[in-house]
Amino acid sequence: MRGLISLLIFIGLSFSAYAIGVDEMPLKDPAQEARAQGIMKQLRCLVCQNESIVDSGADLAKDLRIIVRERITQGDTDEQVLAFMTSRYGDWVLLKPPFEGATIILWFSPILLLLIGFYIIYRNYSKRKPLGEVAPLTPEEERRLNSLLNEGAEK
Amino acid sequence: MNKFIPLAIFCAIAIALYVGLSLNPSNIPSVLINDPVPEFALPAVGGEEGGFSSADLAAEDGVVLVNFFASWCMPCYVEHPFLMELKKRGYKIYGVAYKDKSWDTNGFIKERGNPYYKLAADNKGRVAIDFGVYGVPETYVIKNGIIRYKHAGPIQEMDFEDKVIPIIESVDK
Repeated sequence: MRGLISLLIFIGLSFSAYAIGVDEMPLKDPAQEARAQGIMKQLRCLVCQNESIVDSGADLAKDLRIIVRERITQGDTDEQVLAFMTSRYGDWVLLKPPFEGATIILWFSPILLLLIGFYIIYRNYSKRKPLGEVAPLTPEEERRLNSLLNEGAEK
Repeated sequence: MNKFIPLAIFCAIAIALYVGLSLNPSNIPSVLINDPVPEFALPAVGGEEGGFSSADLAAEDGVVLVNFFASWCMPCYVEHPFLMELKKRGYKIYGVAYKDKSWDTNGFIKERGNPYYKLAADNKGRVAIDFGVYGVPETYVIKNGIIRYKHAGPIQEMDFEDKVIPIIESVDK
């Protein structure tokens, strides 16, 4: 119970974490703002590279957020906003690379590697020889085995 | 024969990593290469008129450079002496002060010298975004209003000799 209460308190205190990305003026229409947020999550911050522009505190990311909101209020579709960005910064600005000729290897390499892995496992299994009949111990071996076993038991 | 397969795989991975890791991840290629410069008209620093526009760049006959810089940008200080040198060699450099206070820009120029043929201010940074600038300094090589090359980061003698001169020579015929 106490754990639950403190968890709730911490969640309550962490609201400021959501404030990043809405430091400028969020759009008044919640549906439009949701669309803007959706687009911003797909756009890479060019300064910090592995953050989306929603998460980034960089100045350029802020400018790009403002532009996204502007274009949405001007009636651009999501595709048009993304096209605006890619026409300036290339596909690189998209966190999720588009599916096209140059990126096919990128998209298929995980599947390809998985298939290669399965093939290696399959080959190793089919190569493995079944165990043949085991020859019985010779009297000499039996004597040695017994002496070793007894040695352990005496200690 | 099978013995060589792991070796071959190792070599393939080694080559792929050698190439991949030697690329500079902060060097983002420009999509505007061989495209006309985006349309813009910028005011002079601290003023309204007297800056320059895309039409001015298109009207230029030879190769010109467009340099985005700011007085708050440390690498721009590193770059500045080489820009002065380029001016001495006869290159026309159009300067764009990116999100800079006019008195700071003027102070920077006054203190260190003016390498720019023309100077304009992009106070909101919108023109820079149209150019695909993602940090200052960035330098564009432009011929007849067409972007031929972009250099991100401070431009130095070596970059200029290795990358810019061959492009200037190939387009300036």
